[in-house]
Amino acid sequence: MSETNQGMDVGYVAKLACIDLTEEETQLFQGQLDQVLHYVEQLNEPDVSAVEPTAHAIPVFNVFRKDELGASLDHDAVIKNAPSATDGQIRVPKIIDQ
Amino acid sequence: MAALNTKTISELSGMLAAGECSSVDIVNDVLSAIDAIDGKIGAYLTLNRDDALAQAKRADERRAKGETGAMLGIPVAIKDLLNVKGQPCTCSSKILEGYIAPYDATVISKLREAGAVLLGRVNMDEFAMGSSTENAALGKTSNPWDLERVPGGSSGGSAACVAADEAICSLGSDTGGSIRQPAAFCGCVGIKPTYGRVSRYGLTAFASSLDQIGPITKTVKDSAILLEAICGHDKMDSSSIEMDVPTFSDLPDDASLAGIRLGLPKEYFVEGMDPEVEKAVRDAVEHCRKLGAEIVDVSLPNAKYAIAVYYIIATAEASANLARFDGIRYGMRIDGKDPAELYSKTRAAGFGQEVKRRIILGTYVLSSGYYDAYYLKAQKVRTLIRNDFTEAFKQCDAILAPVTPTPAYRKGEKTADPLKMYLDDILTTPINLAGNCALSVPCGFASNGMPIGLQIIGDAFQEETILKVGHAYEQTTEWHTHHPEILG
Repeated sequence: MSETNQGMDVGYVAKLACIDLTEEETQLFQGQLDQVLHYVEQLNEPDVSAVEPTAHAIPVFNVFRKDELGASLDHDAVIKNAPSATDGQIRVPKIIDQ
Repeated sequence: MAALNTKTISELSGMLAAGECSSVDIVNDVLSAIDAIDGKIGAYLTLNRDDALAQAKRADERRAKGETGAMLGIPVAIKDLLNVKGQPCTCSSKILEGYIAPYDATVISKLREAGAVLLGRVNMDEFAMGSSTENAALGKTSNPWDLERVPGGSSGGSAACVAADEAICSLGSDTGGSIRQPAAFCGCVGIKPTYGRVSRYGLTAFASSLDQIGPITKTVKDSAILLEAICGHDKMDSSSIEMDVPTFSDLPDDASLAGIRLGLPKEYFVEGMDPEVEKAVRDAVEHCRKLGAEIVDVSLPNAKYAIAVYYIIATAEASANLARFDGIRYGMRIDGKDPAELYSKTRAAGFGQEVKRRIILGTYVLSSGYYDAYYLKAQKVRTLIRNDFTEAFKQCDAILAPVTPTPAYRKGEKTADPLKMYLDDILTTPINLAGNCALSVPCGFASNGMPIGLQIIGDAFQEETILKVGHAYEQTTEWHTHHPEILG
């Protein structure tokens, strides 16, 4: 990763992650996360050129279940959780300007 | 007679079966204990007394009709990231304030079937990200053994309530040590089951290739009982394994470890380890030898990379899992002129600092140009860590190790330095990465009075072995019988 790590731009990555950071947070995280990225550089030590990656620990692949109609969540309970709703539907800001 | 809240699941299920007490009696005693002490401990976030008593009454009615079962009528405290229909599920985050779960997690459905009482919701690090419960946004939890110290985390509330006898048992979740470490810090027993053993449907996901739900209890036997009640295949979680559930609670009475080989990994007695922790664990190893176990040296040479691997994989998965908290369908919303602004403002106001930090790190390691260098590299080193365990378990039936490098530390001691806090997970994260199971059992006290935990690590789906070892150790030691001074 030393070959690729030009340092993380916390402000830019926060935008990708959809989190508005304050200037103070950006600076704080920049220092802390640079430290973490420096720490993980030790993963360059072991030779893993011939090693398969592990995505998860169990030998289970392509799990299928029957395509059966089941009970859905209670509509009212779901809508009650929405921060804004009208006529049984969740309200969001306008997406397309006409 | 001692109040019922001080008793274990196995004691209470015996008393219930003999008609010596009712579930309503138990719940009343637990509620009284909460009233008396939770102002100091701060384990509970929400508690619905009427609902708990109504559940207890139903359990008593079921028993009167002839039903039996070890969990029938036993109250369980629930970590605030498991969905219980009709209850809040905040993950101790402001972003989920006001959310009411519209469904039951599978472990909750199983507990309802077994007749357990879903008692109250206990505190945790926000979205399970932390090792001290200091990242909780909605409450502060103290260690019952010393109120100035942390209870551990992220299942800090789950451990503190059991240690303070304001619960009989609890459920936690363990992504990198979040059951075992607080259990060790609070002098409880906790088990992280094998990946795939317990359904995660209804668990608010943190890192999906690592998360497991498990019990925190007063004894090994109780952990076995509660684990047995919650595991099994579930079509709602494709990562849960189709496998029969062993009778974990059927533990042998004789405390013999004859014929059992226990591995001792030299890499696990790390630099910077508290000498009192090391001594307590080495004494426990000696104790197991006296019980008949053969002690063999094993090596886990790649365990030293576990923290680096863990904080790449866990944050990457978290950055994807926590994308769902966007202010649209539930929880907090800060309005914006368009959805993008709404998301960014809501997530800025709703998430705490540690959660933001981890989402940003996870987004970075998955981003174009860095994926191979970080995420893929971490997954490959993960394979090396797994292979170490595979090799080690050719030579032994279970591995003995400390749970944590030090006992519980003071509040505020590590909050300013996230990396320092992360490094404390060095002894627990390898087990999540390998997907194995591990048990934390009390094995002594430091001179400052804080409990120390012994970690008994098993190969995948070998819970029976580690429970047997833990039970034999517990039967012949008295560490689990100590109580925090605060309880008088």
